[in-house]
Amino acid sequence: MIAINNVSKWFGDFRVLTDCTTRIDKGEVVVVCGPSGSGKSTLIKTVNALEPFQQGEIIVDGVSVGRLGRGLPKLRARVGMVFQHFELFPHLTVTENLTLAQLRVLGRSKAEAVAKGLRYLERVGLALQKDKYPAQLSGGQQQRVAIARALAMDPIVMLFDEPTSALDPEMVGEVLDVMIGLANDGMTMMCVTHEMGFARKVSHRVIFMDEGRIVEDCGKDAFFGDAAERSPRAREFLSKILRH
Amino acid sequence: MTYAWDWLIFFKPSVTGEGLYGWMLVKGLGWTLLISLVSWLFALALGTVLGILRTVPDRWLAWPALLYVHCFRNTPLLVQLFLWFFVVPELLPPAWGNAIKQMTPTTGQFLTVVLCLSLYTAAKVAELVRAGIEALPPGQRAAGAAMGLTQIDVYRYVLLPQALRTIVPPLTSDFMNVFKNSAVALTIGLMELTGQSRQLSEFSAQSFEAFTAATLIYMGVTYGVVLAMRHVEKRARIPGMLGAAR
Amino acid sequence: MAYDFEWSSIARAWPYLLDGMGTTLFLVAVGMALGVAFGTVLAILRLFGPRPVAALAAGYVNFFRSIPLILTIFWFFFLVPLVVRAVTGNPYFAVGPVYAAIAAFVLAESAYYCEIIRAGIGSVRAGQLQAARALGMTTAQALLYVVLPQAFRNMTPALINQTVALLKDTSLVYVISLNDFLGAAAKIGQRDGRQVEMFLFAAAVYLALCSLGTMGVHLLQRRGAPSRR
Repeated sequence: MIAINNVSKWFGDFRVLTDCTTRIDKGEVVVVCGPSGSGKSTLIKTVNALEPFQQGEIIVDGVSVGRLGRGLPKLRARVGMVFQHFELFPHLTVTENLTLAQLRVLGRSKAEAVAKGLRYLERVGLALQKDKYPAQLSGGQQQRVAIARALAMDPIVMLFDEPTSALDPEMVGEVLDVMIGLANDGMTMMCVTHEMGFARKVSHRVIFMDEGRIVEDCGKDAFFGDAAERSPRAREFLSKILRH
Repeated sequence: MTYAWDWLIFFKPSVTGEGLYGWMLVKGLGWTLLISLVSWLFALALGTVLGILRTVPDRWLAWPALLYVHCFRNTPLLVQLFLWFFVVPELLPPAWGNAIKQMTPTTGQFLTVVLCLSLYTAAKVAELVRAGIEALPPGQRAAGAAMGLTQIDVYRYVLLPQALRTIVPPLTSDFMNVFKNSAVALTIGLMELTGQSRQLSEFSAQSFEAFTAATLIYMGVTYGVVLAMRHVEKRARIPGMLGAAR
Repeated sequence: MAYDFEWSSIARAWPYLLDGMGTTLFLVAVGMALGVAFGTVLAILRLFGPRPVAALAAGYVNFFRSIPLILTIFWFFFLVPLVVRAVTGNPYFAVGPVYAAIAAFVLAESAYYCEIIRAGIGSVRAGQLQAARALGMTTAQALLYVVLPQAFRNMTPALINQTVALLKDTSLVYVISLNDFLGAAAKIGQRDGRQVEMFLFAAAVYLALCSLGTMGVHLLQRRGAPSRR
């Protein structure tokens, strides 16, 4: 589904990503973790070309992302993304947030778009909020609406960029529950997150990044279980993160 | 377009016998610079005082300052100029009125323009100074008072040194505006740069050249202001303060 | 005060003053509408256009902000008839000063509106544009449906302030003898020898109109923009 081949990105002397290679197959749930500044957010944003890269190739569902130019919006419509700061459109109601892209990008009819939007809104448990404005919702609610908004486009893969990092602790659970539900339904997911509980429960593979490189790329059980086989950097990270 | 170009017009003598056309422009520039710089100095001084007054807790000081700023910012500059030039002399006591009428026209025009432009610009500077002071963390005032400093000293040693430094960038654009606003002087007969270029265009019919020259000179002056203020900004920078980190 | 006020002179000049006010308001309306429109185009070119175009737009903005508005008015007073005559091929085509004034105001004010709009667009979180793009919208769609609506909401106070400045600037058409409100007041004042009353009245009217604008801005800012998070 997603193939990332030798991707590198740099700003002048500063190398953000160095020679990153990995792949995500259909139905796989892959968690990307690592210390801040390791490039994990940048990596996930190269997948839908929100971040350009200088070297390497990224292929999503058979299409090379770097070569698309004008065709990029069409590809992005099939790749769902959820942001750390939710990024709901504050001047639109929840329903309008859900339907805007369906109407303007996919060309669906209003009735169809509203129906689909409300269906996913119900799926994330927020059907009653359909006429509210984002500012009237809590952080956890906003993020769940953001997930519904991405799902309403019927994406083939969902990208999550630290979806719970900006949430108060008591709201993290409700968002993770939605993501776990998605994973159990067979959605292909790539998640940048610190939530190791989520990774252990639901992911198939874990990628550990450090200073722009992919240091570990192995199955979940190997990552969490076989500590001795892991690189020193990964072990250090795990020991710090798993303290709670 | 049937327009006869003559870029040498600046070196030809004026039909009014005032000398070369180019010299007229130079005289105009001289008036522009004089009016602008003198007005700017007064405006800075008065504006700083007014800005401070806007921020003091004492209502009897703050409200008149607010009224001043509001009135001078909400009437057009040209209207204010006409008020000073046509209306005020009529309303003053006869002795003052006669003194004014006895001045040479140029002196009268110059003083009126400088007075008007100073007071107008002071209102703008006041708002900048007020904003600069209000942007400081409220703890600064409290810390100064806690140390036992009088209110005047708090302003003098704590608030103003910080506030004035952070407002250097917006002051630049106010400084540029003074040069541009000086052009209103031509409406009461003082031929500064724009006025001279208009005269040049009318006497010589070489409007394009005349206005181009004035345009280039203004652009040069405003660029000079930007450079000068950049220098001031650099020297005024406080490391680590947001406003100065540019 | 040895001046003998005669306030009835204002009443007598009423129709003429009203005419002048009409011209003033016309200049403000056209200047604002076209100025904001063109300013938005300039802002988008500066922020999203290819580099040479963005540089051109920046040069335009800096140019009109570095020369006095009076000089700009003179420029167009001279150029507009020339251009119209060249275009229509009629060397005697009479072009009224109001067209020069409109051209001058629209082009000069759009430079100021551009900067306000640019700041307004900049005040919208970068993530909004990313989120819109991530949903598959083109940059144009993202600007139109997501960024600009929020930007305009955030910059309404600044836009109103600039329009108040435009109202004050219209008084400068005095220099091309166009009869706006100030021009009308000045003319009557000179004709009837009642400059004191006329100018005081004109100042009061401008003060009232501008105060409406600036106090409106204060109210808006106190209520707070509804779209702010």
